Amino acid sequence: MKSKIQRLYLFIIYFLLYFPILILVIFSVNKTKYSLVWHGFSSQWYQVLLNDVEIWSAFFNSAVLGITASCIATGLGLLGCMHLFIHPHKKFRSLRNLLLLLIIIPDIVLGISLLVFFNVTNLPLGFVSLLIAHITFCLPFVILTIESRLQTLDPNLYFCALDLGASQMAALSKIFLPLLWPAILSAALLSFTISFDDVVTSYFVSGSDFSILPLTIYSLVRSGVTPELNALCTITLIISIIPILIVHKLTRKKT
Amino acid sequence: MHNPLIEIKNVSKAFDGFSILKNVCFSVYSGEFLTLLGPSGCGKTTLLRLISGFETPDSGDILIEGKPTAHVPPQNRNLHTVFQSYALFPHLSVFENVAFALVCKKTPPTEINTRVHEVLALMRLEPYAERNIKQLSGGQQQRVAIARAIINRPQILLLDEPLSSLDYRLRQSMQYELKQLQKKLNITFIFVTHDQDEALSLSDRIVVFNQGEIEQIGTPREIYETPNNLHVATFIGETNIFDATVSHCDEENLYTVIDGIDIQCKRCNDFKTDDKLHLIVRPEDIRVQNVSEVSDTRGKLPGKIIDIVYKGTTVDLKVELSSGTIINASEFFNEDDDELEFSLNEPVWAHWLKGWEVLLPYEK
Amino acid sequence: MKNKSLSIKLLYTWFLCFAFIPLLLIVVTSFLSKDAVHLVKLPFTLNNYAVLFTPLFMKIFIRSLLISTITTLVCLLLAYPFSYILIKSKIKTHLLLMIMIPFWTSSLVRTYALLSLLKGNGILNTLLIKIHFITNPLNLLYTNFAVISGLVYSLFPFMVLPIFNNMERFDFKIMEAARDLGAGPLDIFFRVFLPNTKKGIISGCILVFLPAMTLFYIPNILGGARSFMIGNLIQSEFLEMSDWPQGSATSIGLILIVLIFVYFVRFRGKKQ
Repeated sequence: MKSKIQRLYLFIIYFLLYFPILILVIFSVNKTKYSLVWHGFSSQWYQVLLNDVEIWSAFFNSAVLGITASCIATGLGLLGCMHLFIHPHKKFRSLRNLLLLLIIIPDIVLGISLLVFFNVTNLPLGFVSLLIAHITFCLPFVILTIESRLQTLDPNLYFCALDLGASQMAALSKIFLPLLWPAILSAALLSFTISFDDVVTSYFVSGSDFSILPLTIYSLVRSGVTPELNALCTITLIISIIPILIVHKLTRKKT
Repeated sequence: MHNPLIEIKNVSKAFDGFSILKNVCFSVYSGEFLTLLGPSGCGKTTLLRLISGFETPDSGDILIEGKPTAHVPPQNRNLHTVFQSYALFPHLSVFENVAFALVCKKTPPTEINTRVHEVLALMRLEPYAERNIKQLSGGQQQRVAIARAIINRPQILLLDEPLSSLDYRLRQSMQYELKQLQKKLNITFIFVTHDQDEALSLSDRIVVFNQGEIEQIGTPREIYETPNNLHVATFIGETNIFDATVSHCDEENLYTVIDGIDIQCKRCNDFKTDDKLHLIVRPEDIRVQNVSEVSDTRGKLPGKIIDIVYKGTTVDLKVELSSGTIINASEFFNEDDDELEFSLNEPVWAHWLKGWEVLLPYEK
Repeated sequence: MKNKSLSIKLLYTWFLCFAFIPLLLIVVTSFLSKDAVHLVKLPFTLNNYAVLFTPLFMKIFIRSLLISTITTLVCLLLAYPFSYILIKSKIKTHLLLMIMIPFWTSSLVRTYALLSLLKGNGILNTLLIKIHFITNPLNLLYTNFAVISGLVYSLFPFMVLPIFNNMERFDFKIMEAARDLGAGPLDIFFRVFLPNTKKGIISGCILVFLPAMTLFYIPNILGGARSFMIGNLIQSEFLEMSDWPQGSATSIGLILIVLIFVYFVRFRGKKQ
């Protein structure tokens, strides 16, 4: 009896979580524009999207931004993590405090503070300002992900590789890359997802000539519910879900 | 003495403002088994890392074969380290781990194959060549770590507490194996441990460390029988420490007063009348006799037995002297000797043979 | 090691430049005055902070606090039993994945999905009318209810994950031991299970409360004028009214409230 209630509870919660999304997806392939009745399967709204240049350029921009921010943040974060790993006895207190600060700042505060900063430094709002903002909020995340994997490793592995005659590069590529690549890939994929979906911080630091997808969606949402928007949102969802599934496969604990 | 292989000259090192090594000087000779002995945190591992090149000294030099190593990176030094945690590469097999050093040197594959199998046979690891590291036991992993370090035929092998995570039995057998290996390969071993039994049984020479400084360097016998100071005396083996004052000296003897009793010691030129000193006697050197067996009580300390522990080869006694000091005595069993019958609270006399004590300057 | 200490220097400079200094700029700006052309001008003033204590602003702050607190509580009450059931389940990794998926997808999109559900001629109303539960469509949107629902819907996974992780580490043998010693189920819950999961609860509450205060697009989409919250206020001050000093002061006010909340929750947690 107890387990039946428990299962019911779980089911209700998952249902409540997924139902709105399901409706969204279903109505992106519904033939009709205004009715809520099922009129048959149609991909017309996706075709409308395909023809919408504005939306495609926003999509493309977000993708480029996401990939660039993710690569830079992952690369920089990885090198930083490796250095922290190789010197376990050094505390790096100020770096860690700054990292903590960044994690604590709410994204709206990050957004406005960067806006002020860019204004003071005369940096025009556009791709570069967005890139800087995105790298900034991806970095703590990359560092956390890679560090948590590094913590399961023995710091002596690096010294041992050097000791046995490997150069620094060889030590990294022969020993750490094989051990770390799931964590590195996870960090990169999830950074991409965070960047691709970011609304709040981007809202403040984006300019008028570089449109990104979440902000485009935001302005469309204000105008109301449409099937094209449903289609767009469905695509966005799929783009977010794929990296997560890959990451899940990568980080599944091997027995 | 022939020229030293490694010279540590006035080396100091500090981390985050804490001084780890203070002005350390000693030499290592080719072919010897040298142990760095000391409690945890005294700087032994740091010194090892300085010798292998992972850290650079703040001041002083390390010379290998007479040449300074200040700008020589670890890869270019002819020595290898066996780490306490083994640091085996988890994603490689036993074979690949052992072959690593040769792969880095770009040795041709056929040569790698022969040499790896040679070393695996030496370390009795042949059956495990293709296994993954995680499938091995602690002792096997340790042997892989050693195999990996010796395949390159280094001149010097640094071992950082390699046996500390093994159980007692395994440890004993590995100690023997290591000693045999060292002699066979004629590699200079620098061995780090905090276990004094291990140091005594394995080493040609021991360097006793305390808080970043060297307390004494010598053979195991020298360290054990003639410690330089209280720290070395108490760190190695059990001791009894008496506070004494010199009453007078003559040509042969030095007379001290312990708890009001005159004790005759062997003459020592370091001390003169009225000097305060510590008198050290090892438990196995103390003889405890029942009151009934003793006729001449001169130079003997009175007390009573407060604990008896039968240990098979010895019986360990705790004797509370009249002054309140508690001493440990360890008597070896001799079947013919029935003097070793003791009971609790029995009054006894404790003494030792003249000359078996160690006199050390008084320290607070 | 040289190329690697470069990476540390880079990281350090990056954080300094793009996190610490901008924050300082906000603090400084909060004491400046508004300027139509250059956005800020010199006379230092405490006026921006004084404004925060006026009834209008206080109303917004209190409303935000209320909505965020209710959101946090609802999330907690839903997520706690949920995590417990999850822990005990045999397929918990798959179930956890199904929570992670919404966690990582755009919450803007999910809020939009909720919008289409809740609106006057949306699915929910249509269904309820069809089954004759109500006759006229419910006015669900543009209410505090909608905003809270939206926030809970977005932030629910944030509450689940820390509680789940914390519960996973709980050694259930302690419960058996307590039962052995004669404790009843209520006792076991309140005196054994709950205190040991406190850490997860605190983390979860912090992870929900913070965004609840600052996510402006959810009240924007689902709420109306009556759901105007701090996030919306800051957004409006910065971008619509171009009153950067005021916006900065409001943000600092927000940070202070958040810090007080975190301190309060942590302090109470440690006390017990």
